This record gives sequence, C-alpha cells and structure tokens, in this order.
Amino acid sequence: MNSVPTQTETEEREMIEAIEAMLPRFAKHRSALIPILQAVQQEHGYLSGGAMERVAEYLEISPSEVYGVATFYNQFRFHPPGRHQIKVCLGTACHVAGGDIILENFERKLGIRAGETTPDREYSVERVACVGCCALAPVAIVDGTVLGHMQPSRVEGLFVQFQVEREREEREKAEREPGGEQDA
Amino acid sequence: MANKTLEARFRGLRREAERRVQERQREGVPTISIVMSTCALASGAAETRDAIKETLERIKVPARIVPVGCMGHCYAEPLVVIDHPASGFPPICYHRIDAGIARVVIRSFFEDGDPSFEYVLGALEENDLVPPVTQFPRFNLEERVVMELCGRIDPGDIQEYIARGGYAALARALDGEPESVIDTIERSGLRGRGGAGFPTGRKWRLARSARSERKVVICNADEGDPGAYMDRTILESNPHQVLEGLAIAAYAVGADEALVYVRAEYPLAVKTVQKAVRDAEACSLLGRGVLGTAFDLKVSVFQGSGAFVCGEETALIQSVEGRRGMPRHRPPYPVEKGLWGRPTVVNNVKTLASVPPIVSKGADWFRTIGTENSPGTAIFSVVGNVKHPGLVEVPMGTSLRKLIFDVCGGIPGKKAFKAVQIGGPSGGCLPERFLDTPIDFDSLAQAGAMMGSGGMVVMDQDSCMVDVARYFVDFTQKESCGKCTFCRIGTRHLLVMLDRITKGEGREEDLEIMETLSHDIKAGSLCGLGKTAPNPVITSLRYFREEYEAHIRERRCPALKCRALVAFYIDLERCARGCDACVGCCPVEAIFTTKGRKKAIDQQRCVKCGECMVACPPEYNAVFKVSPPERAPVIERPPENGPAPAGNP
Repeated sequence: MNSVPTQTETEEREMIEAIEAMLPRFAKHRSALIPILQAVQQEHGYLSGGAMERVAEYLEISPSEVYGVATFYNQFRFHPPGRHQIKVCLGTACHVAGGDIILENFERKLGIRAGETTPDREYSVERVACVGCCALAPVAIVDGTVLGHMQPSRVEGLFVQFQVEREREEREKAEREPGGEQDA
Repeated sequence: MANKTLEARFRGLRREAERRVQERQREGVPTISIVMSTCALASGAAETRDAIKETLERIKVPARIVPVGCMGHCYAEPLVVIDHPASGFPPICYHRIDAGIARVVIRSFFEDGDPSFEYVLGALEENDLVPPVTQFPRFNLEERVVMELCGRIDPGDIQEYIARGGYAALARALDGEPESVIDTIERSGLRGRGGAGFPTGRKWRLARSARSERKVVICNADEGDPGAYMDRTILESNPHQVLEGLAIAAYAVGADEALVYVRAEYPLAVKTVQKAVRDAEACSLLGRGVLGTAFDLKVSVFQGSGAFVCGEETALIQSVEGRRGMPRHRPPYPVEKGLWGRPTVVNNVKTLASVPPIVSKGADWFRTIGTENSPGTAIFSVVGNVKHPGLVEVPMGTSLRKLIFDVCGGIPGKKAFKAVQIGGPSGGCLPERFLDTPIDFDSLAQAGAMMGSGGMVVMDQDSCMVDVARYFVDFTQKESCGKCTFCRIGTRHLLVMLDRITKGEGREEDLEIMETLSHDIKAGSLCGLGKTAPNPVITSLRYFREEYEAHIRERRCPALKCRALVAFYIDLERCARGCDACVGCCPVEAIFTTKGRKKAIDQQRCVKCGECMVACPPEYNAVFKVSPPERAPVIERPPENGPAPAGNP
C-alpha cells in the first residue's frame, strides 16, 4: 500500500476540529453512528483514525467498535481520495459488457490498484458494485459524472482531457501572477 | 366520508393542487418535459436541458421546462416531450436528443412548425399526424400500476401528484378502520415485491396484532442487486406514491414512526425522497395529525452505506441501530420484535407503491391483473444483450420470451440468445427452453431461479456461463457478512474452484465438489444471502454443464470470453496494408507491423482487451479470437521494428 500517501498532522488536526464543530448536530446515541460517519466522509472524503476515535469518544463506544462498523460497509474509505475520483462499475450488466477491462485500463494507466490513490493525490480508482445505470454498460463515474458506454480508448481520451485541463490551469495561473505584479 | 374534517381538508388540498396545475397549463405556454433521472443524466440530459433553455431564449419562445422522472425507456435517453396544444400537434416524445439535436428540434418545432419526425419516438396520444406510442409492442404489452405516473409528473412537485389523484387512497384509508385496510390488502393477494413474495396483508396483520405501544414501518430501498434499479427509479420519479403507501401501511399496523432506507449510492433518490417528505409534511399528509385526524407519522430518511446483506430485513434493522449489518435468527420476526425491540414492518418500495392503487381501486381490480397466486404486475430491469434495455412493468405471468423478444426487442447484432439471469446474484441462469415459462414467484422457483428484486440480465452467445457464475459467486463472497461458516468459507471455496476453471486449471472432481458444496451452503446459512448464493452455480451446472467440461477437459472457453483461455490474432489474409486502426487503439502497444506491412499481435504483451477487434474496420474484419490460446498463429516481432517500449505493464 505504498501508493497511499499519509496525511500530514496539520490535515488531521484540521479534520478533528471540523468534526468537533459538527458533532453537536447529532444525538449522542448509537443510532447516530452511521449518519455521523457519512457526514464526516462527505466533508473530508475519508475517515481518518483520529476522526473515528473522536466519534467513538462522542458516542461513548470503543474506537474498535466504530472501526468495526465502518469497515463493514462499502461506502467508507480510510485513505484520502485523489483530486479526480474514478469509480468503475462492476455490476452484472457492466461485467457482461467488459467492465473489468475498463478498470484494468485505469489501473494500468495510473500504476495503482483499485482502492488506491496515486502518490501525487491526483487520482484514485475504486470499483463499485452497481450504480444502477445498467442500460448504459459499461459505466465509469469520473468526478461524480456517470459516463456510459465506456471503451478502453475512452479511458485514454479522459486522461488526455485531464492533461489539457491541467496545462490550461497552470497557464492561467502563470498568466495571473505577472498580472498581479502590474496591479501593484 | 364519515370524518368531516378529513374530507374537508383533503378536498381543499386537491382543489388547490388542481387549480395550480391548471393555472400553469392555461397560459398557452408550451410544456417541455425532460427526463432527468440518474440514467438520463448519464446520457447527457443536463446538457440537453441547457441547450433547450438557451435555444428557447434565443428564439424568444416562452416555455415551461419540467424535469420528470424515468419512463423506463433507458435505451432511448435523453428523452424529451414537447406538449404544445396551440401547435396542433399532440404531445410528442423525442428520443436520443443530445444537445445538438435539441437545438435543431426546438428551432424547427417553434420556428417552422415542423416536428422533426426523424427524432420522434411517438406521440403520447392517439392522433392522425404522429404515430402514437401505444401502437408499439412495448406499450401494448406493458401494464403500469406502480409506474403509471413515472416520467409523467415532476417528482419534485407534490401538487402534480395530488392533482392526478395522489393521496386520495390515504384519505380513504384514514376514513375507515385500520382493520379494513388490512382486509383489502389481504384480499388483493399482494405479495412482497422484494423477492421473497410473502403475503403483505398477512405481514401487516401480524404487526397489527403484536402488542406494543410503538411500532415502526420501514420502506426497504436498499437495492443492492447489481443489474437492478427499479427501486431507485421509482423513488426518483414518483416518491409520493411510495410515501403514500408507507403512510397507509403505518396507519394499518398502528405505527407512529416510519423510515425510508435508501442506499447512499443513489444520491438523487435520497434527495428526491427527502424533499418529498418535507413537502408532504407541509401539506399535512405526514407528520402530526395527518389531514386533521389523530394519526401521527414521523418519517425519516436513512442512508444505507452499501452492504448487500442489508437488504435482508434483520440486517437492515441492525444497520439502522448503528451496528454491523448482520442478519440474526428468526423468530422472533421483525413484526414481533424489530427496530429498538418494537414490532417492525419492512416492505419493499414496489410493494408500498402498489398499495395506493389497491386501496383506491379495490382488491378485486388488483386480482384481475396477473395470475391466481401472484396477482398484480412485475417490474423488471431488463439489461444486457437486448435491443431496448430499460424498466418494464408487465402483468405477472407474462412469459420470458414475450418480455425479452417482444417488449425489449430481442438480441441485437443477429446473435443467438443464450441465457437469462433472473433475480440478481441470488437468482439463476435459465436457458432457452425456459423462455415460455410464465414469470411469477412460484414458476421461477420451480425452474431453480427466483423472482428476486427483478433484475434480469439477458446474455447472448458471447457470454460464458462459467464466467457469469464466477462473477456472482465473487460478488456474494465479497458481500457475505461472515456470520455463518458455510456462507463465509463455502462461497470462498466455490470461488477458488470457479477461478481455477476459468483459467483452464480446473480439475475433473471440481464439478462434483461444487454441486455438493452448493447444497450444503444453502442448507447451512442463516439468511437469504447464503441460502441463495449458490443458485447461479447450481443452475449453470444443471443447464450448461458442457461448458464447464470444455473448460476443464479441453482448456477451451466455448463462448470465447474467459481471458486466460483466449487469444486474439490478426488474419493476414484480411488485414489491409497500411491501415493502422488497431495499432492506435492498443493500450499496451502490443500490435506491430510485419514485413509485408500487415499487422500482428505480440501475444506476450497483449492484455486481451479486445479493443483492436472493435477498431478494425468492418470491411476488413481481420481480428479474430480463438480458444484455447495455442491455436493463434505465432508471428515473431521483427527486430528492425526498434526496441520495445520500456516498462512492461
């Protein structure tokens, strides 16, 4: 799992502070556990060890209980996601239409396995069971957008698109900086 | 009605809703409905909507744009309906309208009065100008009870549902005794649509007679089956019908609390239901003192976090309580002791959505649809190798052949039908000779499959049944909660054997072991997951044994699907000189040019993605698959081609 970057201490601290502020919204009751974990992940993208400890403390249950519940469900992740999140659907219709080949292509392209994040935290790849868009199989979800009728060559195209976007952003950033000097 | 406040309140609500809906239509402004469910959005419905808005602004035509839910025609997305009575045309439904086509259609419709027939799916009413959709086999064979309003109303607008007769069933139920509601449901013969087919009326009666101050009703929308998405669609398209059913159920059993348990993977469904609950509360249809009666119902939405086993009612209850979703022994059944120890009724989305029409139209009407022992309709998501995949609602007892070939258009690409997998990971694969089986709870169980939640995957000649069985066992093995040894270790062992077989390393004795083990897993597991997990293996062994034998004895995959057992090669006779289509698309640069400027595949490097087969122009059609892989002709990569690119993937 060397491709998963460890989060910095500041990041962890900020996360705990944010959770601290959010917790009073929830009842101090066991039944709030899953909704709290969902809210934390919604906000921060994943559940860190510290975050789960804080939740355990709030609900007065043991941290291992919290971890045990969180790991049982597919929704929760324990590593920071990439800036671009790629999910490949491997439901039945997608399987029949070759979804595993699409996933393999993403993995090969990025040099990571499903469930991991690239060291520069640009991309993460996941497999999901079924997103319910079976009529469009095979399907991939890239940054929340469902892409139907995927093909290995469309995977290549996606990365070219990301590359172009990134270059444009860098160019704009470079253009803005000298502009800032002129204003001053 | 006996209760005067109830009657007055509901009549007021309904009149107000009708007035508001009519007001919007009377303006003479055209209404453009755009299907905006998850699958439509995936096909680009949002871009279509933006293009329509922009074009209407440019040509200065005022119109009301209404987002509607799914109509079930997933193959035709994005779908747009233009309803403009002043134009002289009936409401017309357009299909496959991307942003570019949308601009063309809108301009020609409103500027030239030409409805662009080439993009028309059909008219929604009988008329002399545009062929009506009712003439299509799909519309003829379908009978919509649950999905009647799906795709026809704005799911975000409670007024539209009320104006079309919504919540009248709730008002009627509240006017009578809870017992009489249970009687009606019992007489209708409604069976649980979650898959098991337990009589709903009996479940409600058990919960009603359970002695407890507080009871709970749960709507189960934890649709974990890969290949099934009708619960999601119903919640996204017409959430109020489900909430109405939920409220009727709560009233019948005497519950004051209800819960909608939706998968978090369905964000749009979650949002739609949450809004629907708020709107219904604002109209006094849920919450304290529903429609001025003494009936209180607090409804909350709980997001499931993606564990297949949570579809099982006892596991679902555990997860609401904040624990691992592990099923427990029954009895006690949840109707006696469920959430927080209270009597709890868990009903599927489709079951609850069937309730309002039954209460409105009566048990006898419901019994006229479907079969003797399975009255009503069945909703299937038919996907896989069919021409018109999507959601279909047909009367119970319709044959598989009718469903697959008449309603969904049959198999595309002149290929042969091979099998249909019914009931998701817990169902079975049925071969062609079962196509005339009527679909209902009992006949499917007899054939070794099950109704399940209604996911149906159609497979053509290119699907390998061993691979499909492996896929399902892999799924259930990953999703097993691990409580029962047979389910945890048994499915694991099945998977190891199936993996071996798809790699050509199967052993002769594997088949016997798999058969025995499958029956043991069924016998030794606690919940539906384990009890049904071996179904795909049992049915595929029963109906497609020769495929298993070919994998084991000849190291050959007859369907040319198992990647370890096939090889791709390019037929030099057919390959065109200088065409580089396959080279450009290969993700691993496995294709090289031979001395005669033709192409060949480096078998060591090939990852068998099949992209070259797609890319090769149909006039050459030069890429072939063979099994076993040794049958592919060997062509050495010439050294003058330069050094191989660095980094072996």
